[in-house]
Amino acid sequence: MDKTIKTSRRTFLKGSVAIAGASVAGGAAASEADPLITEVQEWASATGVGVDETPYGMPISFEKDVVRRNVEWLTASPISSINFTPIHALDGTITPQGCAFERHHSGAIELRKEDFRLMINGLVDRPLVFSYQDLERFPRENHIYFCECAANTGMEWAGAQLNGAQFTHGMIHNMEYTGVPLRTLLHEAGLGSANDLKNKWVYVEGADASSNGRSIPMEKALDDVLVAFKANGEALRMEHGYPVRLVVPGWEGNMWIKWLRRIEVTDAAVESREETSKYTDVYEDGTARKWTWVMDAKSVITTPSPQMPIDHTRGPMVISGLAWSGHGQITRVDVSKDGGITWETARLGKQGDTKALTRFYLDTEWTGEPMLLQSRAMDETGYVQPTKQQLRDSRGENSVYHNNCIQTWYVDENGVVENVEVS
Amino acid sequence: MGSSRMSKSLSQIVLPVAGGTALALSVALVVANLDYGRSKISSLEQRVEQTSLQAEAARNKASEEAAVVAELKAKVAEIQLAAIENATGGTNLTENAPRKDIAYGLGRAALTEEITAWDVDVLPDGRGLPEGRGDVFTGEEVFAEKCASCHGDFAEGVDNWPVLAGGFDTLADKDPVKTVGSYWPYLSTVWDYVHRSMPFGEAQTLTPDETYAIVAYILYSNDMVDDEFELSHENFPDIEMYNTGGFVIDDRPDREYTRWRGEPCMKNCKSAVEITMRATFLDVTPDEGGESRMDHTASENTPTFVASTDSTNTSVETETLEISALETDPAVVLAGEKVFKKCKACHAVGAGAKNKSGPQLNDLMGRMMGSVDGFKYSKAFKAAMEEGRVWNDAELAAFLAKPKAYMKGTRMSFAGIKKEKDLTAIIEFLRTTSN
Ligand code: HEC
Ligand code: HEC
Repeated sequence: MDKTIKTSRRTFLKGSVAIAGASVAGGAAASEADPLITEVQEWASATGVGVDETPYGMPISFEKDVVRRNVEWLTASPISSINFTPIHALDGTITPQGCAFERHHSGAIELRKEDFRLMINGLVDRPLVFSYQDLERFPRENHIYFCECAANTGMEWAGAQLNGAQFTHGMIHNMEYTGVPLRTLLHEAGLGSANDLKNKWVYVEGADASSNGRSIPMEKALDDVLVAFKANGEALRMEHGYPVRLVVPGWEGNMWIKWLRRIEVTDAAVESREETSKYTDVYEDGTARKWTWVMDAKSVITTPSPQMPIDHTRGPMVISGLAWSGHGQITRVDVSKDGGITWETARLGKQGDTKALTRFYLDTEWTGEPMLLQSRAMDETGYVQPTKQQLRDSRGENSVYHNNCIQTWYVDENGVVENVEVS
Repeated sequence: MGSSRMSKSLSQIVLPVAGGTALALSVALVVANLDYGRSKISSLEQRVEQTSLQAEAARNKASEEAAVVAELKAKVAEIQLAAIENATGGTNLTENAPRKDIAYGLGRAALTEEITAWDVDVLPDGRGLPEGRGDVFTGEEVFAEKCASCHGDFAEGVDNWPVLAGGFDTLADKDPVKTVGSYWPYLSTVWDYVHRSMPFGEAQTLTPDETYAIVAYILYSNDMVDDEFELSHENFPDIEMYNTGGFVIDDRPDREYTRWRGEPCMKNCKSAVEITMRATFLDVTPDEGGESRMDHTASENTPTFVASTDSTNTSVETETLEISALETDPAVVLAGEKVFKKCKACHAVGAGAKNKSGPQLNDLMGRMMGSVDGFKYSKAFKAAMEEGRVWNDAELAAFLAKPKAYMKGTRMSFAGIKKEKDLTAIIEFLRTTSN
């Protein structure tokens, strides 16, 4: 399937180059009338598909290469693995659920709403069990947040490895969540017996076989964490934790417990496997850093990128990408075409939402010269996205997680794009 | 405050009246147009004349009335806004869920046996451990049966499955081997994880005794206990893990945030940029991954990007970036940047370069010797400055070839550059460095 798409795309490219040869400034002049315009097309004459045909719509067949993909050699088994959002082919900021990346430690499970139970126990006044319906009776909120796996861009620490924004930066999605603040549920169970909340933790755990569990400091739990049941207006997908998942804004994806089943108030971090063996970063001298929860400001150019070569003639072009920060709003994104010698400030699609993806555009000209494209995000704290070298100087090269370096795409004179590392 | 409240009460009175007026006006407009259409026409000429006159008049009238309508519309919008504000008592209607710390009375009490069934996590101090015991020998048997197919007979890992043993003293190496023995800071984590998540595909089936035995065996595989060892809830706290002290809590705020805030460089941020690594050389991207058309063989010669030497140019885009098109050969400049590594310990160049143990070397060509503000030069350099000597290609070449010979008494402890090629390169490079 993919093969045919590839060939057709190539043919298309050849066609556009031919047109480019004949073209003058101000757009190509047509020498012959376009039959798509002068002849009555089938779709303009015969009728189309009825409303009873597609009770739940999927993208049109022409878009079938806009899908999640995985990298087989990364993990031993696709059951405990990850796939990547096709961010190179999306625009705007909201990720459709159907192509939002998945990461499971023991596979995605089917859990009916009727079988869903959520327990709150530990240092609470009243240990409680909620049903799904109970959750829908608490006041709820809507928020857009990005969810980024701490391992996003992790394969790039040692050098340029994967050729595509989908693979280098696709462990991220951005959705509008509907849910109940975790704070509301904690108060329902009562925090009186927890006394001083400053040194308290909330341990959260999933209902799947991995029973992934993470410790969250009480301060964050009472701040903006959501117990969510809808994403982008509809029920969560199975692969994102249906019927209920935790949303931990701005913090690493592993903490966003799916198939949430238990919330325990504790007086210490549990130090589970996912917060010791995994999601910790080894420095050059062998010491490791833990509790690196916040995802720092980061950005990437999605078009052009290796999977999205420049398909058009010289002249107007749009460079576009995504920026985000776990510390709050994106305030500015700069773009460089020469590998970081010169920078231009890009236009933000709209005012950045806090802890959500922000779309940026640089409306510019494609001169046909090679480019080394980079983007550099800044957030509301004034933090500037670092270069790979800055990160290496700070942490060494043994880290796996939390790589928020500036990404470089090399665009050659044919508009072909490659993932590279530069001096 | 007082005035805004007054305008609100005013708007309440005006709202229905103004709305009514707008309606009446638009009705009048329609009637007027109808009248023009119905007027009597006696001849063709007359008709033409009349029509154009009427059109003119209608246009005038229409534009007059349009202006009135627009004004009214604006007024109505203002009034409506005020009305909304009034209705909500001036508060914003979009708000998050109430932050009450009261109970809604939802959910039901959790029963003790339910809590016991689900609350199985174990904390570093051993809290949460059930009573039980298991020895290395038993552990080896259970491990062989339930774990070895993936993790290997000796927990050394099969294929891509996780390695559980060994890797000691590799954490500072290029590819650290992180195992239970070499990396995990707490034994509780091993017990907790094995008990709740393993074996993969049959999780939450191990009994406490089996788990104690397996954990004892994993310790044994890591040479941390002998083969006689038995692990139990009683001796659990006595086991010391190798890497307990190996972790620090997130230190990015001090280590990185303080340094990485501020206005970033926008122009001439580097002197030259070259590609140092390419993903297509590794080619680990899955084939079905998309449509990259990078020709692996063709583009061996990737360009070098060089900052412009011409600092008088203001047009950022076209003048500061030139690809392989400068009088100075970018390859030579790059070679020079490499030679500069010998100088880096003492000299800085580029944006914001400061004096180190040697003076900053920006815009060196044409610069007076010994002239950088705030740097304490030797007597030799001070004298050179008083003589008005200036750096150029020849002077620099002579100095860098044999610093001590060229400038007797200089404090620059640097032997000199031997190779002609390196000399040319460093000079070309220093031609491009500026703030
Ligand atoms: C079918 C293969 C399989 C079997 C059998 C299996 N495991 Fe695992 N084990 C895995 C996988 C896969 C992971 C990683 C899971 C993940 O990605 O979260 C893992 C992870 C682990 C880890 C954590 C490794 C780390 O570095 O974080 C430990 C400890 C472990 N297993 C112990 C056991 C024990 C003990 C048994 C037997 C009771 C067992 N496993 C049986 C596949 C297996
Ligand atoms: C060990 C430190 C050290 C190293 C290495 C070093 N320098 Fe220097 N350099 C100095 C000091 C100190 C001075 C000031 C000399 C003085 O006052 O006598 C100096 C002076 C200079 C000056 C004169 C600057 C002026 O303002 O007139 C130039 C040019 C220079 N160095 C170039 C280089 C180059 C190029 C290299 C590398 C090939 C290099 N140096 C390596 C320490 C060093």
